[in-house]
Amino acid sequence: MSAPYPTTPIHYWRAMRGIVGREMWRFVTQRERFISALVRPLVWLFVFAAGFRASLGMAIMPPYDTYILYEVYITPGLCAMIQLFNGMQSSLSMVYDREMGSMRILMVSPLPRWFLLLSKLVAGAAVSVLQVYVFLGIAWLYNINAPWQGYLLLLPCLLLSGLMLGALGLLLSSFIKQLENFAGVMNFVIFPLFFMSTALYPLWKIKESSVLLHLLAKYNPFSQAVELIRFALYAQPNPTALLYTLIAFVVFMAAAIIGYNPSKGMMSRRGGG
Amino acid sequence: MMPAVALSVENLSFAYTNKTALNQLNFKIHSGECTLLLGPNGAGKSTLFALITRLYDSRQGCIELCGFDVRRQSRRALAKLGVVFQQPTLDMDLSVMQNLLYHADLHGMDGKLARQRIQQELERLDMYERRFEKAKELNGGHRRRVEIARALLHQPSLLLLDEPTVGLDVPSRTAIVSYVHQLAGDGQLAVLWASHLIDEVYPQDHLIVLHQGSIQANGPVPEVLAAAQATTIHAAFDHFTQAGKP
Repeated sequence: MSAPYPTTPIHYWRAMRGIVGREMWRFVTQRERFISALVRPLVWLFVFAAGFRASLGMAIMPPYDTYILYEVYITPGLCAMIQLFNGMQSSLSMVYDREMGSMRILMVSPLPRWFLLLSKLVAGAAVSVLQVYVFLGIAWLYNINAPWQGYLLLLPCLLLSGLMLGALGLLLSSFIKQLENFAGVMNFVIFPLFFMSTALYPLWKIKESSVLLHLLAKYNPFSQAVELIRFALYAQPNPTALLYTLIAFVVFMAAAIIGYNPSKGMMSRRGGG
Repeated sequence: MMPAVALSVENLSFAYTNKTALNQLNFKIHSGECTLLLGPNGAGKSTLFALITRLYDSRQGCIELCGFDVRRQSRRALAKLGVVFQQPTLDMDLSVMQNLLYHADLHGMDGKLARQRIQQELERLDMYERRFEKAKELNGGHRRRVEIARALLHQPSLLLLDEPTVGLDVPSRTAIVSYVHQLAGDGQLAVLWASHLIDEVYPQDHLIVLHQGSIQANGPVPEVLAAAQATTIHAAFDHFTQAGKP
């Protein structure tokens, strides 16, 4: 006798809980992954930002109501960077899982493929949110503080930005047939996204040096995620960044679902028996 | 009364970009049957499995699992299916129990029921005592047992096994072959087992011989032997897969 056909809301809930729980468990038990996820932004904060503090002065601009140190400015960008790397790492692990076979178990479960992919994204976003809060905790000890309401408002914004950046990674992974191809794509995606954004310098400063770069940075979805996080951290709404990030998430997600459609063939089509 | 049809494949074809992988396949598998899908490497076995599990999609032909079309009613169809893939698919960082609970979650099983079923399946495979060990601590044969337990957890109607004994030592192979035949013998489950190892065939099995994407023979072992005018399965297999070779 088969189990009763189960696509009820509770089935969806159990499946998502299973996928998210598995990802969280793997993350907390892989200590080196946890530490390396934190080292990168901390190096930027303690070394890069400290070095550039004197040369990169910041004017008063929203959401800040006074002059700020450079470390304070780049902290939201580093939060987004954590999520960007996490999104790319999740998609890398999907390519790996696909090559190794464990992705197949997920894909043959009796749930819609879009839901399975969304669950993987939620799992990745949840891990990235955890990383960001740990990073902010360390930043707080370094006297980079925000109002407590900001830390609360940040949670849904981080989830959204994590989903958006994860969906971008998922989309990329749907086009990558082999693990070896991933490194090149990462270089063509991560570095342009990060450096052509407001993570390290504000838009007005970019505009002073290049109008084209300013336009690219302005419409870069990563910039919008950074601004969403920046405003949320200071308990201020930023509807433009929110809307832009939401739309980018929907577009990337829809494209990833098409990319993982079996009629296109999600597995590498190599020989076999 | 005729046993229920667990898997029906009709006029199924599939091609990769430059190569036909499967050509007009037609066959049925009934509950209580153990069907060995024999074919040399490159015959199309893994492609057929990818289509049955809907990892690939074919526009030509139809696959039904317990009456549900795999393309149009994929969720209902997949709920009836248990799969053991050729490649290991356990999460090596998780324990046996965690791997099985993860699968139970994906199938929407209630936690209490899932634990009962896990205990039943692991005990049948003599693995219950090792449920808290990480998958990476198990040897190849024991991992396979856990994968079989996982595939049976949601009580499917069809169990697909894609060369599950490749790379295992003889005692592990023998144990798995015997256990799967016993499962089919219970009458509720249909088994489709892809293999290129002829000694895994039992005399009461059904055989499908696949070669270059086409079915060369399909039927109970005695019928296939008769069709090939052979006395052993080995000779029959050679007859069907080497015809036309110099």
